[in-house]
Amino acid sequence: MMEKTRTIDAKGMHYTPLNKEIRAAVKDGITEIILDHINGQRFIGDGLRGEDVRIIINGVPGGDLCMFMSGPTCIVHANAEHAPGNTMDSGTIYIHGTAGDAVAHSMRGGEVYVRDSIGYRGGIHMKEYKDKCPVVVVGEYARAFLGEYMAGGIIIVLGRGKQPPVDERGVGTGIHGGELYIRGEVPDHLLGIGAEKKPFTEADRQKIRPYIEKYCREFGVDEPELFSDEYVHIGPSSARPFAGKYCWE
Amino acid sequence: MPVGSVPPKYKVTIDMDLCMLCERCIENCPYGTFRREGSKIQIISRACTGCHRCIAMCPRDAISLEEKPVDYRSHPVWSREAREAIYTQAQSGKIILTGMGNTLDVPQIFDRLLLDACQVTNPSIDPLREPIELRTYIGKKPRKIEIKKTSEGDTDLVTELAPNLKCETPIMIGHMSYGAISLNAQLSMARGASEVGTFMGTGEGGLHKSLYPYQKNMIVQIASGRFGVDIDYLERGAAIEIKIGQGAKPGIGGHLPGEKVDEEVSKTRMIPLYSDAISPAPHHDIYSIEDLSQLVRSLKEATEWKKPVFVKIAAVHNVAAIAAGIARSSADAVVIDGFRGGTGSAPRVFRDHVGIPIEAAIAAVDAKLNEQGIRNEVSVIASGGIRDSADVTKAIALGADSVYIGTAALVSLGCRVCGSCYRGLCPWGIATQREDLTARIDPDIMYKNVSNLIHGWTLEISELMGAAGINSIESLRGNRDRLRGYMLDENILSVLDVKTVGADA
Ligand code: SF4
Ligand code: SF4
Repeated sequence: MMEKTRTIDAKGMHYTPLNKEIRAAVKDGITEIILDHINGQRFIGDGLRGEDVRIIINGVPGGDLCMFMSGPTCIVHANAEHAPGNTMDSGTIYIHGTAGDAVAHSMRGGEVYVRDSIGYRGGIHMKEYKDKCPVVVVGEYARAFLGEYMAGGIIIVLGRGKQPPVDERGVGTGIHGGELYIRGEVPDHLLGIGAEKKPFTEADRQKIRPYIEKYCREFGVDEPELFSDEYVHIGPSSARPFAGKYCWE
Repeated sequence: MPVGSVPPKYKVTIDMDLCMLCERCIENCPYGTFRREGSKIQIISRACTGCHRCIAMCPRDAISLEEKPVDYRSHPVWSREAREAIYTQAQSGKIILTGMGNTLDVPQIFDRLLLDACQVTNPSIDPLREPIELRTYIGKKPRKIEIKKTSEGDTDLVTELAPNLKCETPIMIGHMSYGAISLNAQLSMARGASEVGTFMGTGEGGLHKSLYPYQKNMIVQIASGRFGVDIDYLERGAAIEIKIGQGAKPGIGGHLPGEKVDEEVSKTRMIPLYSDAISPAPHHDIYSIEDLSQLVRSLKEATEWKKPVFVKIAAVHNVAAIAAGIARSSADAVVIDGFRGGTGSAPRVFRDHVGIPIEAAIAAVDAKLNEQGIRNEVSVIASGGIRDSADVTKAIALGADSVYIGTAALVSLGCRVCGSCYRGLCPWGIATQREDLTARIDPDIMYKNVSNLIHGWTLEISELMGAAGINSIESLRGNRDRLRGYMLDENILSVLDVKTVGADA
């Protein structure tokens, strides 16, 4: 199939007309949309539909990149601001750089790959349902409150060039579904209430493998140890972390 | 240590001279209060929740119910509730959860506000003869409009108007989620609301597909759990509401216990079967008013600026400043929920002690928005303990554009405000997902109760307005001159900006 490409010069453009142009391109059957001179525009791809649409972002997008997005793939050739993949439904985001706070907040499906590090509250309250299982892969490290309130999905932190990859508190506080896999060591005292370490089995290794492969492919990484090293597997200690707190009148 | 049992809350008796042993009470009570024993109905009063289902269904009016049949030694400080809460916590060591709204006997400001009517000098209006305009538009209003004359002599509007909801009455139904209540209850209210040209909230439980026919009259909610939220859901609603807080439990999140997440609830919320649905206390992508503004815009951007976005907050001490922040965030309406608001479940200590009454909140918000010259930027929707058309009228005179009712709509479906919603066994088929119980509501019949209620209140409001010589809702809004305070202290009067009874006009 011939890729139909359209380039939009976003220099000085407000996000609303920009998103209008993106929608119009998708409507016209364009499958590759290149956004040049992006400089902090928020909400790019917000609520956008389209399974086979690729958006290539040259420049730093603003917050809530691909929020509520359903289907497209978005590749950012720079850092991203806070909350890329917020409440995203499906689709993929690749960020060739770092991302800010609340990456993949409440994400319900789809995948987010961040080459370098992410800020606070990564993957907070992600959730899964049936075949929808959100995945976040972080190349270097994540700041505090990673995977809090998780109700489903997978967070993988590769710890490339930064060990330990998570050395701040609040990991998985209130988690009641889903899993975190962190390469290297995570001291117990960093785990939040409701989170506990689980054995890292061969099945787990197989489970995360395809996502690490995808990461390596996109970012041109060739590090066999990402596949052979041990990961700390963190999951919920109970599916009902708050059940024991209450009684009835 | 066991402290023995506390006295039963209710005492149920059957007049066996009247009873015909039809056993309807047995069938109707999901708590097992009644049992057939030979030619008698045995009663276990302790099981009763005071829901009145048996009383409503008994063909012989044979059942009597007495509340608090056993007295404690009376004491002005140590109320029954205070003592019983201690017994419960002494045994559990936990936070006490309760159903329905505030049960403290606090003064209702609404009841101490009196409405005005015309006599002699300014004639009242008869709604039968003259139209009383109750249509309410919810959303941003332009500060000024620009028009241009066409060559044919017509006038065209140049200003681009923000989308507004057109309600035929200032009464809407607030957010009660599927999961917290049954689908049949939601269906009845959605159809009832559509029938009278108003709107209803989905709550944070997604939008079940059988509600799609009413989606034009539904406001979809996005709360901190983001349950059931995807782009389809956002596009289906007439408006989108961001729930920050709730009057019955300001500052804390919500939690739908796994038992209530059955097949259909799980599908609609998009969460696994029987998993707890936990809504965190804050939205973790909103830590500031700027972040809120970002979510508002993100929702608008996702829906191409076609939908009004509301922000709901609990009425807390600083409500006016927060509402002013919301008004500047691109939101189209601010919903304020007072501390008497109902809920399926809230910690007792929050329900009774956190937040402020809606009356004071409306007045404070309206005054602040006016003072800052941004009252036109948002509509104000008030909720939390609106019981009748007088409350609606007073809320509007204090400065609200419209109200949300919640409990009142449930009561129209039979709810007796028994406060046992959390048990999941609501005998009226409302706060339950048990099929035999939800089947007690036939939405094709019960929707009429809801539309009747709103219709009746709407008629009363037009009568009240007509009597006061006011023929349009805009002239009632914020018209505190038509209110007088009765037995309210000077401080409250000054917050409400209302004069005392007997004061000159
Ligand atoms: S419903 Fe009334 S008449 Fe029938 S068995 Fe019960 S108490 Fe008797
Ligand atoms: S909804 Fe049902 S359980 Fe809840 S207060 Fe009303 S009657 Fe009682």
